[in-house]
Amino acid sequence: MVLAIDFPPISHAIEWPDLFGTNGAFAINKVVLLMWLSAAIVFGLFFAASRRQQLVPTGVQNVGESIVDFIREGIILQTMGAEGLYWTPFLLTVFSFVFVCNIWEIIPVAQMPVNARIAVPILLALTVWVLYHFIGIKKQGFFAYFKSACVPPGVPKPILPLVFLIELVGIMITRPLSLSVRLFANMLAGHLLLISFAVLSTALFESTYIGAIVPGALLVALTGFELLVAVLQAYIFTILTAVYIGGAMHPEH
Amino acid sequence: MLYVLAEQDPGELVAGLTAVGRGIVYGGAAIGPGIGIGIVVGNAITAMARQPEAAGMVRTTMFLGIAFTEALALFGFVLAFIISG
Repeated sequence: MVLAIDFPPISHAIEWPDLFGTNGAFAINKVVLLMWLSAAIVFGLFFAASRRQQLVPTGVQNVGESIVDFIREGIILQTMGAEGLYWTPFLLTVFSFVFVCNIWEIIPVAQMPVNARIAVPILLALTVWVLYHFIGIKKQGFFAYFKSACVPPGVPKPILPLVFLIELVGIMITRPLSLSVRLFANMLAGHLLLISFAVLSTALFESTYIGAIVPGALLVALTGFELLVAVLQAYIFTILTAVYIGGAMHPEH
Repeated sequence: MLYVLAEQDPGELVAGLTAVGRGIVYGGAAIGPGIGIGIVVGNAITAMARQPEAAGMVRTTMFLGIAFTEALALFGFVLAFIISG
């Protein structure tokens, strides 16, 4: 039995042809269109939810209020305290946008998570990076901010320069890098996993009809799992943003 | 063995070794975070079982811990793609 499994090279799985005769760095392809659509959906949802507000919410206002409530109760109050409620709109936007960008992974026809290309996660991570440094410097002052962020209390004098350097690299490079790579790699891994099982199922169905049952069932289960991953990654991105902003607002000790 | 290797097209050898390297990179990067996530989640479950009223706070912290631990495995995953022969 020869299985004709042609796994597409990685570039075929995530690269899309340029549309509308554009090319170069400003080319418009499927991923860009999905990103614009995500922004439009997020804007449309909250715009519709905030029109004609009623005391007893119905329909789309219900959806909007439950997301806002989740951000307030589940993320901000758990990590930043009541003072962080000022940042609800920003975190709400980040959460909704990342989630809608992720969920394209399992929507039929689209089936391409926008965050599986590094551009969107890195832009979001850089926004957060600029934001928490800005808040830290504004709230605490330049030197006080770097002192509170990079000099943990109770460190012996001789190893202080080393600790300072490690912490500085941590807040300058590791944080934005891990924030973007975490989101990117999770979505890319999920996308490739679904492609692998889809290719395997197709190949097994073409050669031995019955052999496709197990990978086909796994494909369905993994699609459900990817829904969970999409929510979880949006949640983790938002909660880390909240933690970084909260940490910049207050000196640690 | 060496004779067989010498007969081969060097490009094939490079491609094969690249594939092996990718496997080792991701496999090695997944060991530590695998253990780490196990410890994080295990202790979080213990904490939730002991104090169910604190479950919400523990869950938030657990996801944070998972996210920090998991990042290392994901660096390995990305590095595996970056390695090219």
